[in-house]
Order: sequence, then C-alpha cells, then structure tokens
Amino acid sequence: MARPVRTKVGFMDDLLREFLTETSESLDTVDNQLVRFEQEPNNAKILDNIFRLVHTIKGTCGFLGLPRLEALAHAGETLMGKFRDGMPVTGEAVSLILASIDRIKEILAGLEATQAEPEGADQDLIVKLHEMVEQGMAAMPAPAPELASAPANPASSAGSTQGTLVVQTLERELRPGEVSLDELERAFQETASEVAPVPAAAAPRAAPKKETKAETKPAAKKSDGEMAEGEKVANQSIRVNVDTLEHLMTMVSELVLTRNQLLEISRRNEDTEFKVPLQRLSNVTAELQEGVMKTRMQPIGNAWQKLPRIVRDLSGELHKQIELEMHGADTELDRQVLDLIKDPLTHMVRNSADHGLETPAERAAAGKPEQGTIRLSAYHEGGHIIICIADNGRGLNTERIKAKALQNGLVTEAELEKMTEAQIHKFIFAPGFSTAATVTSVSGRGVGMDVVRTNIDQIGGAIDIKSVAGEGSSVTVKIPLTLAIVSALIVEAGGDRFAIPQLSVVELVRARANSEHRIERIKDTAVLRLRNKLLPLMHLKKLLKIDDGSSSDPENGFIVVTQVGSQTFGIVVDGVFHTEEIVVKPMSTKLRHIDMFSGNTILGDGAVIMIIDPNGIAKALGTSVAASHEISEESAASRASAAEQLTSLLVFRAGSSQPKAVPLGLVTRLEEIATDKIELSNGRYMVQYREQLMPLVQMSGVNVQTSGVQPILVFADDGRSMGLVVDEIIDIVEEKLHIEVAGQEAGILGSAVIKGHATEVIDVGHFLPMAFADWFARKEMRPSVTAQSVLLVDDSAFFRNMLAPVLKAAGYRVRVAPNAQEGLAALRSGQSFDVVLTDIEMPDMNGFEFAETIRADQNLSSMPIIALSSMVSPAAIERGRLAGFHDYVAKFDRPGLIAALKEQTAELSKAA
Amino acid sequence: MTQEANMTAKTSTPEAPQGVRNNRDHVAEYVTAMIGGQLFGLPISRVQDVFMPERLTRVPLSSSEIAGVLNLRGRIVTVIDMRARLGLPRNEDGKPAMAVGVDLRGESYGLLIDQIGEVLTLPDDSREENPVNLDPRMAKLAGGVHRLDGQLMVVLDVDRVLEIVPTQLAA
Repeated sequence: MARPVRTKVGFMDDLLREFLTETSESLDTVDNQLVRFEQEPNNAKILDNIFRLVHTIKGTCGFLGLPRLEALAHAGETLMGKFRDGMPVTGEAVSLILASIDRIKEILAGLEATQAEPEGADQDLIVKLHEMVEQGMAAMPAPAPELASAPANPASSAGSTQGTLVVQTLERELRPGEVSLDELERAFQETASEVAPVPAAAAPRAAPKKETKAETKPAAKKSDGEMAEGEKVANQSIRVNVDTLEHLMTMVSELVLTRNQLLEISRRNEDTEFKVPLQRLSNVTAELQEGVMKTRMQPIGNAWQKLPRIVRDLSGELHKQIELEMHGADTELDRQVLDLIKDPLTHMVRNSADHGLETPAERAAAGKPEQGTIRLSAYHEGGHIIICIADNGRGLNTERIKAKALQNGLVTEAELEKMTEAQIHKFIFAPGFSTAATVTSVSGRGVGMDVVRTNIDQIGGAIDIKSVAGEGSSVTVKIPLTLAIVSALIVEAGGDRFAIPQLSVVELVRARANSEHRIERIKDTAVLRLRNKLLPLMHLKKLLKIDDGSSSDPENGFIVVTQVGSQTFGIVVDGVFHTEEIVVKPMSTKLRHIDMFSGNTILGDGAVIMIIDPNGIAKALGTSVAASHEISEESAASRASAAEQLTSLLVFRAGSSQPKAVPLGLVTRLEEIATDKIELSNGRYMVQYREQLMPLVQMSGVNVQTSGVQPILVFADDGRSMGLVVDEIIDIVEEKLHIEVAGQEAGILGSAVIKGHATEVIDVGHFLPMAFADWFARKEMRPSVTAQSVLLVDDSAFFRNMLAPVLKAAGYRVRVAPNAQEGLAALRSGQSFDVVLTDIEMPDMNGFEFAETIRADQNLSSMPIIALSSMVSPAAIERGRLAGFHDYVAKFDRPGLIAALKEQTAELSKAA
Repeated sequence: MTQEANMTAKTSTPEAPQGVRNNRDHVAEYVTAMIGGQLFGLPISRVQDVFMPERLTRVPLSSSEIAGVLNLRGRIVTVIDMRARLGLPRNEDGKPAMAVGVDLRGESYGLLIDQIGEVLTLPDDSREENPVNLDPRMAKLAGGVHRLDGQLMVVLDVDRVLEIVPTQLAA
C-alpha cells in the first residue's frame, strides 16, 4: 500500500516535534474559541480557555528557547489579559490577535521545516498589540471608586506592559453574577493550596512583576476542578504516530486477505476440523479490522475546525454578516479521507460566503434577514458520509454561468437555450470556471469547483449542486468512509473476474430476451429501458477489449446499473458472483495509466483481479451521452424531455433513401419481427405482439418484407400498441433538432440536418390514427361538445408541430404562437381562449415571465396556464406555482398533458 | 510506515548493480536464462527470486509486453513478457514459462523467460559492447555481451527492460 505518506519531520528533537504538534492543535482551537469569544464577549470560560492555550504556548517557547515566538505570544497574551480584566472586546482587537496567531503559525511552519525559528521581526504586530492594549485601556471608563479594594491587590497592576502605571484590574462595576478578581484569585489559591505546595498559591499575591499574574493564574487554575477532569481525559488517551496506525492498517488488511484465503480453502473442503477455529479467527479478524479502522476514524469536526475563523475573516473582508452553523461535527470518517476533503470543504465554504451570500443591503432588499447563514452538516448513510454545504444566499447566477460557459467555449448559445437550469449549474464543475465578476482574494482565482470535484472524484465520491434563485444553493458530497477496504461486487466479463466498487452500484438487472428488461440494440448503441428510463449500456468486455466473441448473447446479460455523480449507466457483464470486502492495492506504475481500473486486489482464492473505476467507464461513455444524462436523478418524464436539449433521435430508413428520424422518447420499443409472424387481415398487416394483435402501419413507399425479419418501431400508449414498418434502423443519435424545412408530405414534420444528412422528421401523430382511428379520441379525451380553445406558445417549431395535431385530435381548437409576445398579442386580440399552454425556456420572455404578465393583466388574470417544460424538478414546479401556473407538465408526457388540459378546462366550465 | 516497509524490503536486497559488477576481482555473477533460443544473463544482485508464474491475470488495455499480474506471497507482481519485450515470437513449445523476480522502486516485477539456467561468474573485462548487428530491440535492453563457449550471453539491463512506456495501447 504505497500511498503517499506526508513528509515527516526528519530527525527533529522529540521535544520540539511534540511542541509543534501540540501547538498547532492548540492554535486551531484558539482560532475557534476567539471567534466564539467575539460573539459572546462575556463568556469568561471561553476567554480562560484561550488565555490558557496562548499562555501554554508562550511558556513552552520560553522553555525551548524560541524568542520570536515567545515575544509574539506574550504580546498577544497581554492583550487577552486585558480582556479578562474587562477591556471591551472589539472586532478589531480580535482581528489583531488572529493576525498574531497567523504569524505564530508561520513561524511554526518555518520551525517545522528548518528546525529553527525563521528570521524576521514581529515588531509590527507587537507594537500594534501594545497600542491596542493602551487604546483599550483609554477606552475603558475611569476607575470606579467602589473598586478601591482592587488596587490593593498587587496583581492588579500586572497588565501594564508598557510602563503605564495606572492600570486597573477591573475598570468597571461588576455585573450581576460576576465575581471580583480578588474573589477569583482567592478561589484559585484555595483550590491550589489543597493540591499544590504553598509557593504556587503564594505566588500571585507576592510577586509584583508584570508577568506574574498572567503566568501563575493559569497555573493555579490547573488545580481547578475543570482542569483535573481534563487531565483525567488526557491520561486515558495516548498520542500514536500516524505511521504506526497506517502500518497496523496494512497488516490488518493483509490479515483480512489471509482470512479470506483460508475461508476459501475451507469452503472447498467439506469435513475439515478447521471449520470452527476458522470461524472464530474470522470473527476476531473482523473485529480487529473494525477496531483498527476505528483508530483511524476522526470526527469530521477536525476538518471544520478552521472554518469558523475563515468565515469570520470573510465576513469582515466582504462586509457581510455570516453565521456558520455546523451539524454533525462528531460524524467520524477515516483520517485519510478526512485529509483529502479538508481543502475542498474550505473552498466550498469560501464560495458560499463570497458568491452565495449577498451583502446585508441586498438581503434586506430581498426581504431576508441581514445575516446570511452557511450551514454545514454531516451524517452517515450506509458506508458513506454525506456532507452538505448550504447557504441561504442568492443561489447560482444562471445567466452568468451561461455567459461564462459561452465565453469558455464549453457550449454554444443554441445548446444553452435548450438546457435546464440544473444542467447549466453543472458547468461550475468545468475546469477553470469561476463566475466571480471580480477576482477577490477570497475566491475566483480560477481554481474552483472543478478542483473540488476532482478531489472528490479521486476518493470515489460524488458531488452534486442544487440551487434555487434567490433562495440559496447547496452542495452535497457523498464520500466513502474509508478507502483501504471497500465492498465490491465481483463480476465476470470475457472469462475474467473484475471487482466493481459497491459504492457506485445502484442495482443489478438481469436482462432477458422476453422480459420487461431487455437490451435493445441499434447498431453499436445498446440501451436498456428500465422503468421507463433509457440507460446507455456499455459492455465491459468490449470496453476492456477482451471480447472473445463467444457466448455473447446480445439480448441476455447482467447489467450492473452504476451511478457516477449524476450520471447513470449500465455495465453489461457476463456473470455476477458475490460481494466481497476487498483490500485496494494500487496499480503498478506500469499500469496506472489505464483509467478503467482504480487498483487491483487479491481475492480470497488468491487470484489477482482488477478493480473497475466507474469514473473511467463514465468517461469512456463519452461526453455526449453524459450531457443528456446529467440530470439523471430527475423523473423519467423530465429525463425524456431533457433529451430535447440534445434530442435523442432514432434514425431509420423507410420508403426512400433519405434517412428519416423520430424522437427516441416517443418510441416505446424497437422490434424485429419474423416475417412469417406477420399476418394480413382485412387488408391490414397485423402481428401478434405481447398477446395482443398489433396493427402495422406502413409509410408510403414502404413494403412489408417477405422474408427474414421486419424491423418495426413500436409506439404504445395506454395499453395499445402500433408498429410502424420501416426498412432499416440506422442509428440513435443525439442532436439538436432544428426543423429547417417544413414538410410537404403528410406524416413528415419537416427536414432537419442530422449527422450531416438531410433527414425527414416524421410526425408520429399522423401515423397513430392510421392504426386506430380513435387513437387520440378515446375515453379520456372525450370530444368536447363546444370545442375549447388552447393557445400553444412554444419557440420550437418541432414541438408546435408535434403538439398541435395531438391537441386537435383531442378535441381542442388550437392557436399556436412562436413566442411569448405573439402569445400575449393573441390573448389581447379579443379572441377567447380557455387555456394557455406555454413552454418555459424561450428567448426574450420566458414562460415564467409570460405567466406573470398574464397574471398581472386584469382581463386575463384568471386564465388557466399550463407550463410545458423539460425542467420538471420540485424547484421548477414551485417556481412555476409562484409565477401563476396552474399546472406543470413534462413536454413528452402526452397523457399528462391531456389530463392537465382536461382538468383545467373542466374547472373552467364548472366555474362558468 | 508503508514507505519504511518498502525501504526495508529494498535494503535487504542490495541494488546498485554498477558497483557490484566492478568490485571483488572485477567479476560479476549472472543468473542465466533462455528466451527465444538466446542466452541472457541478469546481474544476480537484481534478481529476487525465480518462480513458476501461476494464476496469471491478464490486464486488459495494458501494453502487449505486460503478460499480466499475479499474487506472489501476498504481493502483486507485474509480469513482463520478455519475448514480446524483445520482439520475439510467442513461445509455442507448450512448456510452462518461468519468471525471474526483480524489484524496481518498491514494486515487484516478474520477467517471463523460457527456461532458467545456471549462475555464471564472469570477469568484467570479458564483457564486450553490444555488437553492431545485434537486433535493435534486443540492443536496447542489452548492457553488453559475454562470449561463452560456443554462444553469446547478452547481459540484460533490468532497468531498461522495465522502462515500458505505458502508452502503447492506452488509446
């Protein structure tokens, strides 16, 4: 397991190393505590904590002979001492202390690298710290006479570092519930004297020197009950070198392998007496593995430690009020994973603060509380940890992302117009993508979400973003708890076994020729129709070029449905064995370039097998498919319509040599039917199909084959099917569909250029009634007595042409408009409409604006409006509701559309 | 610790062939092996062990010179097909191949050979430069030749053998 181990600190003095480790931990705590302290300046406990930590650093520095650190820590401590003495806590002062802590960190880093304090002076900070002390003192009210007893305490003058003599311990009246320093001091001494010898107790009172108080106080406090508890905890834990744990982990991994091997042998030998002890060994190994894993587990809070400080600084820098909420900080994960996600997390929080949240003024204008919230949460789910970074800011700026995507040449304008918001949002994961209009010091340095995504991908995680304009955005990261041992599905392809990490496996599907789940194949593109979704399929053996050509049944096979990020696809394998806990071993350097594999492993039977990298397969799947399947988590309906951006088209030949095409989403199935099954009855061709008689419809010029097989396209709807006879199925392509020339012929919508060929796009609506005359006029589409009229607004000629006949067939009078302006003109022209059906993504005025305009028009305000969109997400529906839509229907969902129309017009007639 | 473990593995098997070859009366010891009818010698300091490759797993999409990977006492060993590496035809005699185990930067490799021979101790000064007419593919991997009785022993430069450019089939 030659994972990169972080560079170690050579042969450094043990003491120094210990100091460095402890100090950096303390400093992180100080950072956090200070931020908390700034918010609750009266919380004496926090202040004491900070004070103690800084003090310990100072003390140790003195001991180790690190003058630079000591001086700086001392100056910081003095200022904090003042806070304890009641100096008002200002943001400025806290910033200064934080700056000092940063400097201390710098020095420590230098110390770690060179084992000596780096050259340099900190006079600048020290002077500022002292100035702050004086300012603070000046700002404090004059000593209250009631506190006359205080000056009697020699310790009270301790705070003066610059020789300012008139310094008061507590320069104001005690607030209710506060105790005077004297009392505190006494309390400490009393406790101290019970444990520590007299000098310790006597010190604060006796020593008049300026530092005494500062030094002795925490010392004395150690004997306080709280500290005693702390020490008890300390005694129960020991510091173990990470390398030791790594080694332990490696050994346990080997033990797991050996155990697996033994189990395999015992499985083959029925009657061994080893069975029982082996079972015991197996259990012990499992427990040991779990135990060792636990030692490597750390709460995710460790990765969050720096965040409050960062958010605080950002909040000052950006002049925004930001609250950071953290939930589930104690959720544990492997330290290796933790290390890898630290930076991405920080980056995302910075992003939220910088891009996500608005300025207080903007927030107030938007009717939101001035303070913005960034919410971090983590929880376990199965073998993963889910981390969510959410803010209640302005959400992603879709327009700006579009502009940037165009500018970076990631997409063309035409493509953009057809994309859903969610698809557009994904561009932020593209390399070099930063939408910050101005490059700030905070983010927008060109290393953006793409780096985050790469980091997450590397550890087999997934990342997703959701954003609602004006409401905020959230990034969800799903990562495995550990990388060393993973659960994997063992599969077979081309005679070899491979491991697919269980993490990315969604489900297993057994495809059979005549079952529900069937592999359909169009030339080289194999697809699986699974619960109404079309899944692209990849044959593992073809991907790996180990196809021996034998025993490959094109319609049978096991499909491992795999999800990478938001992309879902099926990996076709020859067999599936079982799941096994495997120990991931890195690939040899000679093989690491093969991105189909993420590593290899030794199975229980001793064989070495490759671990498939689903990311590599997703890459091989190609970007074109990736684009149209990006939004896979959304409903099947929206998936079908998402293809409208890049419409999946089935290209075939029928009647003429010119290719024809039909949107794949409209096709239910592709069939090849043996010609002897085709019967001629009543002058019509019929075929027995799924225990029904299915009529076959011929396009003009197409003849039903007389021998061999007849390819047909099956269109099914509400239990009825019809087959469209074609000459040859050519391919499935992903294309933007622009119908350029309107069709002359019946059944042809028009021509479009598809893959460089002029292709006729057929009008399915023309052929359906040829099979069943009442196709569009069945029970649910009762023809209205008084035909109701529909205004259809859609910028896509294709959809206007496709939907208009459907609506007409359903008994509506239809008027079409190619954009919202024309739609409005039609509505205001005096012609009466019963319902408006509009597309959402349209140039100039989109569907939401269109609906809002209609709502605002007093003559039209009660007009039912149905949105027709490819964006069917809960957020979009909500947005639609706000804009005033009565219903929201996916573009390809014809039954849904008719039902919605019926509902709206029925309500209308009831109301009327 | 992982690194350290690798370090110990390395130090227990001294490398630095250059030095070894030239010390002690200027002789070098070679493990000899037959590959495609040609005698080769591998500096003994580089040879970890000799084993019969069993349960070799082919690695799809890898270079044709990589025969596969196998599990040798819990370590994953990358096996190099020396015939392919030398541009020789496949072995058709059906005899099981042998493998010579070598290490490079903490990783284990096995060089697939036809047959293992004896260990020869040869004086350094009898080693000659590669003959000009040596097959260029072989010459690339050879660090000189020794003339033995009736045959030529080509000294294999293990480092160069393992310089497999991982692009051959990457596309």
